[in-house]
Amino acid sequence: MANVNWVTALIGGVLIGLSATLLLAFNGRIAGISGIVNGAIAFSKQEVWRWIFILGMLLGGILYEYGLASQPTPTATLTPWAMIIGGFLVGFGTRMGSGCTSGHGVCGLGRLSMRSLVAVITFMMTAILTVFVVRHLLQLSI
Amino acid sequence: MKEKLIALLSGLLFGLGLGFSQMIDRQRVLGFLDVAGAWDSTLLFVLGGAVTVTVIAFRFVLRLPHPIFADKFNLPTKKDIDKPLVIGAAIFGIGWGICGYCPGPGITALVLRNWNPILFVVAFVAGSLTYKNLSEK
Repeated sequence: MANVNWVTALIGGVLIGLSATLLLAFNGRIAGISGIVNGAIAFSKQEVWRWIFILGMLLGGILYEYGLASQPTPTATLTPWAMIIGGFLVGFGTRMGSGCTSGHGVCGLGRLSMRSLVAVITFMMTAILTVFVVRHLLQLSI
Repeated sequence: MKEKLIALLSGLLFGLGLGFSQMIDRQRVLGFLDVAGAWDSTLLFVLGGAVTVTVIAFRFVLRLPHPIFADKFNLPTKKDIDKPLVIGAAIFGIGWGICGYCPGPGITALVLRNWNPILFVVAFVAGSLTYKNLSEK
C-alpha cells in the first residue's frame, strides 16, 4: 500500500478545494462530480464544459500517476460484482439525492447548506455501516 | 472559450487532488470507512482540507455580483430536507461502501488501466439513468 501520510492527504484536499473555488468564482458552477456527469451524459451543446472538466480530471490523474507520484497507486484485484452493484447504487443514489462527496461534501458544506450537511452525515453513516456488514459480519473481501 | 479553459484547469486540479490524496485507491477509501477494523484516518485530512478551503473561499466568491466569466451563479435552489435527499444519500453511501469509489475517484481511477473503474463508471451511468427514468414517470 502506498505510504500516504496526512500531509499528502491534506495537499490533495486543498487542491480539490481550490478546484471547486476556481469553478465557482470564474464560471459560477458547483464542482459536484455526479452532477457534472449527469449533465454531460445529456449531451446538450451548452454543456460541453462538463466533458472538458472530465477530460481535465483524467489529465490530472495521468499527471499525478505517471509524473508526480512517488509510487504507483495500488490497484486492487478485480471485483466485478462489487463494481457493478456498488456503481449502480452510487449512480442511482447520487441522482436521487442530488449530489455526492464533492457536490454535497466539498461544495455544499462550503456553502453551509443544511441539505448538504444532512446528506453528508447520511451517506457517511450508511457507507461505514455497509463496510462493517461486508467486512466484519459477512467477512467478504471486496 | 475562457470558461472552457477554467473547466479544464479546475478538472485538472481535481484529478491531481484525488491522486495525491489517494482517493483513487479504493482499498484506502474502504480502510477509511472501516472504523471497526484497522481504521485509516488519513482521508479525514482530504475532506478537512477541501472543506476548509471552500468554507473560507466561498464566502468571498459568493459576495461577487456575478462570477468572473459568467452572468450568474448556478447554485442549487432547494432548501428543504426531503425524502429523496435522505434516501438517495443513504443509497449512495451503501454503494460507496460496497465498491470504495465515489464518482470523482471512480472516474479519475480510469487512468490506472484497470477493469474495476471501467465497470464502476458504466454501472454508475446505468444507475443514474435508471433513477432519471423512474422519476420522470
